[in-house]
Amino acid sequence: MDTSSGEIARRYKEHTGKKITYILAGIVLLFILMVISISLGPVDIPVLEVMQTLFGNKVSQRWDSIIWNIRLPQVLTAIVAGAGLSVAGVVMQSILRNPLGSPFTLGISNAAAFGAAFSVMVLGTGATHTNVGSAVTISNPYITTIVAFGFSLLVTVMILAFSRLRGVTPEVMILVGVAMGSLFTAGTMLLQYFADDTQLASIVFWTFGDVSRASWGELALITFVVVLSIIYFTLERWKYNAIDAGDETAKGLGVNVEQVRLRGMMCASLVTAIIVSFLGVIGFVGLICPHMARRIVGDDHRFLIVASLIIGSLLLLSADTAARMLIEPYQLPVAVLTSFLGAPTFIYLILGGRRI
Amino acid sequence: MILEVEGVEFQYKSKEVLKDIRFELKKNEILSILGPNGVGKTTLLKCMNAILKPKKGAVLIEKENVLELEQIEIARRLGYVPQRCEPARLTAFDAVLLGRMPHMKWSITPDDVMIVESTIKKLHLEEMALRYIDELSGGELQKVGIARAIAQNPKLLLLDEPTSSLDLRNQLEILDTVRDVVRKENVSAIMTMHDLNLAFRYSDKFLFLKNGTIFAAGSMDEITPDIIGEVYGVPVTIENFQDVSVVIPV
Repeated sequence: MDTSSGEIARRYKEHTGKKITYILAGIVLLFILMVISISLGPVDIPVLEVMQTLFGNKVSQRWDSIIWNIRLPQVLTAIVAGAGLSVAGVVMQSILRNPLGSPFTLGISNAAAFGAAFSVMVLGTGATHTNVGSAVTISNPYITTIVAFGFSLLVTVMILAFSRLRGVTPEVMILVGVAMGSLFTAGTMLLQYFADDTQLASIVFWTFGDVSRASWGELALITFVVVLSIIYFTLERWKYNAIDAGDETAKGLGVNVEQVRLRGMMCASLVTAIIVSFLGVIGFVGLICPHMARRIVGDDHRFLIVASLIIGSLLLLSADTAARMLIEPYQLPVAVLTSFLGAPTFIYLILGGRRI
Repeated sequence: MILEVEGVEFQYKSKEVLKDIRFELKKNEILSILGPNGVGKTTLLKCMNAILKPKKGAVLIEKENVLELEQIEIARRLGYVPQRCEPARLTAFDAVLLGRMPHMKWSITPDDVMIVESTIKKLHLEEMALRYIDELSGGELQKVGIARAIAQNPKLLLLDEPTSSLDLRNQLEILDTVRDVVRKENVSAIMTMHDLNLAFRYSDKFLFLKNGTIFAAGSMDEITPDIIGEVYGVPVTIENFQDVSVVIPV
């Protein structure tokens, strides 16, 4: 092998260059998918017209209205929520040193669902019947959202508090997360048992995460939190790499492992909480997408974080587009589709030979 | 003296693990910490770079007490190789690059890449530089761990049982590497060891721990069969075979 000076560095640069190429390809793919997704639906709008409308040329009043008021917010919500959930998953997997770490497996989503059920039942933010689309709407969505958010933060606080008490180790965090998850699932079941038909319908309706729920304002709020967290995670990328090499190695490299773990957990939970409380539970995106990204760019967080958020966006956007097309003119909530992706993922994890 | 340890004490909850540990080490020397299981060898090693916080005492590296420094400052002076490095989907190059972390600001510089390349060459890891470390053998992974610690550019290397779970050939290769680096690179090394014969072969100084404190310390000619017999509770004799001291239980 040629080992003249700089030869290894050169080959290393080629190696990382490849990863950058994959990421750029992902961004292009995401843009194409975005345009296609906007063009598809009960009213088909040709791709070219979609592009024109997006660039500010009004082609037709009706299409303009459909794109700006319905399709674009929905598509962007899918992109942002997919990115947020996926990035939260990547970070949780790293700081918990566990491939099953995700917003879904740690009880945060379950707590949000309980919060929504609690709000519908106890605070009476419950439901009114309508005849269109999803059949049920929630009369006071903001209170439901706030309560859901509150409960998911509660789980986060519990996980962090127990970790403080018993040591900031992955085991403590995972066990507390799983315990909280089953506690709140039980709570939701109890509430459902005493719910009347309408309440039950709105609880179940809320649980199925749906990206068409967000308005522009809500989208802006979610985007703000997701972008902030991505910036924070990117700043910490080397520390996550160090933690992947083992806690002791990381400490030997000057990383304050406990602090990185607590802050990362807090930030990942916050992102999840805000997405889930506005859109409902969207399962498995945070679990699957990081693993797909790992397959493509490896475990190096310099590339993994970006790759995960792109794949998260791609997956949730494709799933949402599919859910929209599947039984026209009705729209399935996207969570119904993503939940089906769970089982194959676990099998893939086993067959893929990843360490669990 | 590159290193002076002054009266280090460590408590785990209310149990006293280490008391009044004092020793010194010169530049380009290797010290082995020896003693039975559970005596606190690893604890002592971890106290030295503040992975564990000693209750009392000072660890001076070139007259500067590292226990009063930030963790990242400590990492610029001491490289630590744990007993086991976790494999991940990173290339060996990436893994060694992590050693530059304590010196990094926002991103890696061409200098970092150069240091990593020369470290990889120094340890003869060229063949595996771009292989993923989750595909490496135990011995190879251990070498990557040592390379990472060397890329930190430390004054002192701390190695926690560097040869445990390795076969004979790998044991010798790893310790040859450590000796090589220590002789050429202006660093010193401290390692915890179980294998007395390997320790004798590769170290300049020895530290025997018993009941949480130093039972004996010194160079090879100060180590007697009585000391080893007392520390491990097994009568031994030390024989000389082709200029290498060998411990034999009797």
